Amino acid sequence: MILIRYVEQSLLRLYAQGLMGGTVHTCIGQEGCAVGVVSAIDRQRDMLFSNHRGHGHYLAYCGDIHGLIAEIMGLPIGVCGGMGGSQHIQRENFYTNGIQGAGVPIAVGMGLAERFKGTGAVSLAFLGDGTFGEGAVYEAMNLAALWSAPTLFVVEHNGYAQSTPSSLQHAGDLSRRAEPFGIPVTRTEGADVIAVFEVANRLLGQIRAGKGPRLLFLDTHRFAPHSKGDDFRDREELERINRECDPIQRLAAQIGADTYEQVRKAAEIEVDIVLQELGVQ
Amino acid sequence: MNTESYLDSIRRGLRGAMESDERVYLIGEDLLDPYGGAFKVSKGLSTEFPKRVLTTPISESAITGLATGMAIRGLRPVVEIMFGDFLTLCTDQLVNSATKFPLMYRDKVRVPLVLRTPMGGGRGYGPTHSQSIEKMFLGVPGLTVVSPSLAHDPGTLLKRTILESERPVLWVEYKSLYPKQLLNGGDELRIWQVEGEDGYPLAVVENFSGSDPDVVVIAYGGASVPLFESMRRLIPEEIRVRGLLPSRLDTRTKTPWWFSEITGREPIIVAEHGTRGFTWGSEIAAELNLTFFGRLVAPVRRLADADNVVPAGRGLEREVLLNEEQLIKAIVESIT
Repeated sequence: MILIRYVEQSLLRLYAQGLMGGTVHTCIGQEGCAVGVVSAIDRQRDMLFSNHRGHGHYLAYCGDIHGLIAEIMGLPIGVCGGMGGSQHIQRENFYTNGIQGAGVPIAVGMGLAERFKGTGAVSLAFLGDGTFGEGAVYEAMNLAALWSAPTLFVVEHNGYAQSTPSSLQHAGDLSRRAEPFGIPVTRTEGADVIAVFEVANRLLGQIRAGKGPRLLFLDTHRFAPHSKGDDFRDREELERINRECDPIQRLAAQIGADTYEQVRKAAEIEVDIVLQELGVQ
Repeated sequence: MNTESYLDSIRRGLRGAMESDERVYLIGEDLLDPYGGAFKVSKGLSTEFPKRVLTTPISESAITGLATGMAIRGLRPVVEIMFGDFLTLCTDQLVNSATKFPLMYRDKVRVPLVLRTPMGGGRGYGPTHSQSIEKMFLGVPGLTVVSPSLAHDPGTLLKRTILESERPVLWVEYKSLYPKQLLNGGDELRIWQVEGEDGYPLAVVENFSGSDPDVVVIAYGGASVPLFESMRRLIPEEIRVRGLLPSRLDTRTKTPWWFSEITGREPIIVAEHGTRGFTWGSEIAAELNLTFFGRLVAPVRRLADADNVVPAGRGLEREVLLNEEQLIKAIVESIT
């Protein structure tokens, strides 16, 4: 989580320095979701379909800081040769794309393919709360439940889609959207990485046992702006969530100050080395 | 002599692909027997391959996405979209996902996805079930668009496409062709195939023999019906027409390989279904001008459907769609 945080902060800095173009969607504040869920998968066979805010998912999957930063800088040594940038990254069983909701039916199809092949693999689709505005999500949930796809839907509910609060976008209760399809929903606080891991682990076990798709609904907070731009959210509220809902501070309290400092230092050095290698330290 | 209908040929191709490769799955609405698909193309297949014919809800977007996911993970899905008009609902998946993945991802993933759909009018289905909108998908990087005519062997081509393609293919079947017999050389029209570098042959059809044509007509898919009818009717007039019918529509290279069959010495007409603007025909005409500049005996003429919706009423529909009278008139005008 600390590593992801440092990478995201570095990306924002590099962006401000004009060293990368396009856009950069950071997951600062949401690291507990990425690390908790991805730590529970079987990396050899399970598949992740991430989204526009996918750096944390990618780093939790393979730790490839160098490939990620280089990719976002548009360099040929980036993980996708500079072709994809921030939102279009793929490596082994990890996929992302920049279209809201489009990856959800694709993830269901990936899971079904592996079921037909008998590999026991599970597919995961990451969604934000804003993604619930897309019809493809509901079509995909219907098919996943109907055909008992081995898919875990992971919702990172950070309360905002770009600049617009969830309350201005969605009627009803998002956490109950999947239930009418017969998809059980488990709701957990995304800032508690260990709880996220335990729940994800349990749900993946159920899916692997052939019980059909599951949805993990994570309440979380995005500390940074949508991308590199302005943040018009209430300043006091931002300060409060930074104070109370930081997954890294939560974990620090659990593992103790010494261990935390060791991990923090190691992450800082690792990111610094990559930045030096890329000549942008 | 082959007396197969276009529909039977397509069904034979699907069946052949399913029989020879267990990774082939059919996905679409109402595919199961006894119904066997809205146009009966999949009839019998769900009985023979019950685990690999998946009937779906009315969710064209999700079906396309689902099949894309299956294709990425090593299967060879064939999606049937009930009417070509509904491709609008698949567009995001096709344009932003399925075709992009092989081009932008690190592992250059394979997406062997075939999206089949019946296109075009002539059967009175009205404005949202009769259009020819394949032109909207021409020029999408990484998307192969194929539409065999009555002068091709569509089943054999389809089987090969399903078994061998590594990237998404939009496969357009004109529904007006389904009941018709494939052209087999058994009547007054001569026919042969020219194989190209991409595996999608050009069919050459002539209503004469032993000399040069008076006119060359370039067409594809459903336009083969009015074209062949006009060619038959011009035999007594001794007007020699050569029809050139490519089976693949998208042009990867600047000059389509089958331009080698063209000299520019005869007037050229490009005929197609669909509204006239911004089309396959306009692209071909532009390339003809670039390739044969200074050698064309006349400007390239173009024929297409009227710039209108396709009406449901049979008489009204006939006024909108490209027909043999328009073709005969254009052919006669081009040589006088």
